[in-house]
Amino acid sequence: MAQAEIPYQEDMALHHPHSWVTKYWFSQDHKVIAVQYGSTAMSVGLVALVLSWIMRLQIGFPGTFDWITPELYYQSITMHGMIMVIYLLTAFLLGSFGNYLVPLMLGARDMVFPFVNMISYHVYLLSVIILMASYFVPGGPTGAGWTLYPPQAILTGTPGADWGILTMLLSLAVFIVAFTMGGLNYITTILQARTRGMTLMRMPLSIWGILMATVLGLLAFPALFVSAVMMILDQLIGTSFFMPSVVSMGQQLDYSGGSPLLFQHLFWFFGHPEVYIVALPAFGVVSDLLSVHSRKNIFGYRMMVWAIVAIGVLSFVVWAHHMYVSGMHPYFGFFFATTTLVIAVPTAIKVYNWTITLWRANIRLTVPMLFAIAFVITFVVGGLTGLFLGNVIVDVPLSDTYFVVAHFHMVMGVAPILVIFGAIYHWYPKITGRMLNDTLGQWHFWVTFIGTYVIYYPMHYLGFVGVPRRYYENEIGGASAFYPESAALLNETITIAALIVGLFQFVFIYNMVVSYFRGKPAGDNPWGATSLEWRTPQTPPIHGNWGDKLPTVHRWAYDFSVPGAKEDFIPQDVPHDDEHGAHRT
Amino acid sequence: MALAIVLLIVIIGSVAFNWLSPWWFTDIASNWGNIDTTVFITFWVCGIVFVAVCLFMTYCVWKFRHKEGGRADYEPENSRLEWWLTVVTTIGVVAMLAPGLVVWDDYVNVPPDAQEFEVLAKQWTWAFRFPGEDGKLGTVDTTNIGMDNPFGMNMDDPNGADDVLVPASKVHLPKDQPVKVWLRSIDVLHDFFVPEFRAKMDAVPGMVTYFWFEPTKVGEYEILCAELCGVGHFSMRGRVQIDTQEDFDAWLDAQPTWAEMQAGITPKSYSAMAMRGRDVAETNGCFACHTLDGSVVVGPTWQGLWGSTRTMTDGSEVVVDGAYIDESVRNPAVKVVEGFAPVMIPYDLSEEDMQALIEYLREETGAEEPMSADRGEDAVPADAVALNEAAASNQGLAVLNAQGG
Repeated sequence: MAQAEIPYQEDMALHHPHSWVTKYWFSQDHKVIAVQYGSTAMSVGLVALVLSWIMRLQIGFPGTFDWITPELYYQSITMHGMIMVIYLLTAFLLGSFGNYLVPLMLGARDMVFPFVNMISYHVYLLSVIILMASYFVPGGPTGAGWTLYPPQAILTGTPGADWGILTMLLSLAVFIVAFTMGGLNYITTILQARTRGMTLMRMPLSIWGILMATVLGLLAFPALFVSAVMMILDQLIGTSFFMPSVVSMGQQLDYSGGSPLLFQHLFWFFGHPEVYIVALPAFGVVSDLLSVHSRKNIFGYRMMVWAIVAIGVLSFVVWAHHMYVSGMHPYFGFFFATTTLVIAVPTAIKVYNWTITLWRANIRLTVPMLFAIAFVITFVVGGLTGLFLGNVIVDVPLSDTYFVVAHFHMVMGVAPILVIFGAIYHWYPKITGRMLNDTLGQWHFWVTFIGTYVIYYPMHYLGFVGVPRRYYENEIGGASAFYPESAALLNETITIAALIVGLFQFVFIYNMVVSYFRGKPAGDNPWGATSLEWRTPQTPPIHGNWGDKLPTVHRWAYDFSVPGAKEDFIPQDVPHDDEHGAHRT
Repeated sequence: MALAIVLLIVIIGSVAFNWLSPWWFTDIASNWGNIDTTVFITFWVCGIVFVAVCLFMTYCVWKFRHKEGGRADYEPENSRLEWWLTVVTTIGVVAMLAPGLVVWDDYVNVPPDAQEFEVLAKQWTWAFRFPGEDGKLGTVDTTNIGMDNPFGMNMDDPNGADDVLVPASKVHLPKDQPVKVWLRSIDVLHDFFVPEFRAKMDAVPGMVTYFWFEPTKVGEYEILCAELCGVGHFSMRGRVQIDTQEDFDAWLDAQPTWAEMQAGITPKSYSAMAMRGRDVAETNGCFACHTLDGSVVVGPTWQGLWGSTRTMTDGSEVVVDGAYIDESVRNPAVKVVEGFAPVMIPYDLSEEDMQALIEYLREETGAEEPMSADRGEDAVPADAVALNEAAASNQGLAVLNAQGG
């Protein structure tokens, strides 16, 4: 890459804020926006946590809580799923980490379009408000399941089939507007605003993950957007995009000729890349955490980059593995099973390289490192069970059972959330200037890691028995072959574990609040990391990030334990000299 | 150190759990044993990878933990190792994928000797249709569906006349005979799933889907709906009875054909008020869940409703009168009949409509006719209506398949 093309930003005019409102509310500073995204996502995540308690109470102790009606149960699973996937994970990993890390890690003063960035957050906030408003509309939120499959999403047999589904679809459409503004910003900034010397192949893997995830998002979200618009039209003015002739509750409806399968194709054309929109930033971030805290370069950097790119590209040709038993043409099964299992290869390479990074390392078991290692284990389980579900015939007995629930919670629920936690423990010192409390962090880690494993690992086996997902009650009129008494006992155990794990998240929140005021001062670079965000003149970095002059990058982000070097890390902006000896790129 | 020990416990615990847990596939009752084989292969490949990767990581965490003065190696990459791992992974993937695709090929290609039958799914019950003596299923259309034509049969299609219709949620199938299952839905997505058969497929409104299997064990199995289909999804259960060919033939012969059913439908006379009430019930779709023939589809049957005593979920007893009906329509969750889940949605009828509906129910379901008594498994009824009662009272299906307010 020709370095002369990299733009200089020394003379870039930044509009420094003048009042509290422009500094903390309508801020154009990417760091403030990142915190806004993060705290909003976390708040809405707490709602999702409470919703998960509601459904777990019902599953673990059916009939005990009269207030959990089937309507409430189905509304809870729907809102929990949608909040977690879109409004928490996507918003947190891209909105928050993307915003915070992209300019700092690349040595830029801010995003390329700070004003659009500010708007992006406020549109996201609006989408969250619309989503929460569905609790206050007649009929309450939709209970169609997070996949929102028509026809049931807009027919009377489903809770929230009139107002609830509309607010959900509207909220999604607004979210996509927010995401598009943010996403264009990340890509443009990554491609155009890297500082001198920061070639693409010197970027930390966090940035590669965020870049590829953003590309996926910009290509995939439009499919969701159009399906939302089409379903709104079906519901509101009676078009039949997704609606064939149906008899709902004994009444002939006016729809005819539409295709429910069309929605499923559109939804999963978005929905499968969405998995990687969540996973790729997590892959990137965890690579950096593992490297920094094991004091060793990430193993096989180039292979890691190409694996991210390959996964991103392949993620667009696997969507129908969510539809093996949907009634689509059965020959699709051959194609999509093959592509799905092919994607396992680059994914496995990433796992190998994470573990090989630990070989002959100098591992510091800090709290971020604990979370990173827990991520690898959780991801291995979730990834391997994906090979069951991706292999079309193996999916037949397991689809729509608890095996699926266990799989996707492991792979795209717990795993990315462990990364989010690890990343917060890792970057909190840079964001606030103070360390998070280590003892509380340890407690938070152990309960979360072991607790989630106890919740989800046995759940796979309920799927083998044949317990279907999305059942409000399993036993109706006596025990069923597919639901032995021991399964009920297992569900009780899982519920208790879920309650405990949920409660311990409040320890984490307490830690974040208290440490902000009383945490140990962190200094500029408490972990001895090499990437640029640890090289700002101030901690926390001020608006504009760098002093008079932008940093110049001389090396990749993984010069840890370089033979002959004095320290066990060499930051990216340190020039080469003979003493440092070996290096690459 | 603690982490390495815990990781080791997690790995050993996971493997031990796999062998010791009581939760595993139900005993298979179909030809799809080779699906189980593909699961088994996948299990071994994935299990080995899980143990190998996690043990390696655990070893690293223990062996290369930070020590005073320690320093990590510097090894950016190792192409040979990386390619070697890629190749081994690819072999593992092929080992799982190849047999999987072979079995999938079996799954989607129906053997020529398979007998056909149709599963008709609707919120939240199952019905079935056999092709009759001509071996051909008559054509159907969702827009034909009405009170007197629950399957939406095309009246002018001669192939349909001898079709055998089974409106209750229990079906019989012959052992050792491959069956091709045509799936149809009249409202939302459903999925016909019997865990013991391993096979499943969605029923999609607006199209017809299929899969096939061959039952291999006589017995009764539960049909589950495996695709979220609204608030009553979890209660959409049915039964499939696998019989010997003889028993199956006897059962099938006893079922009415479409032509016989049509002949058995006799109009009844009502007062003007009750006629209006019947319209109210039809336009509001009451009959989707409440039957007049004693069978239970979603909600309690209306047969013999008026003046009867019904037990509620809280154990209290209610004598059905106008006030009770009024409340149950406007506020169905308040009093729920025992054995049913509270899934009915409230209907806000006008006062006139409500009075008409109550009058209709009084005339239609009041007095003379006694509640149907339980009948034996293989009663051969004289007419279609009686048959429905028998099918519905089989095997406690009423309790199993039910909800309503």
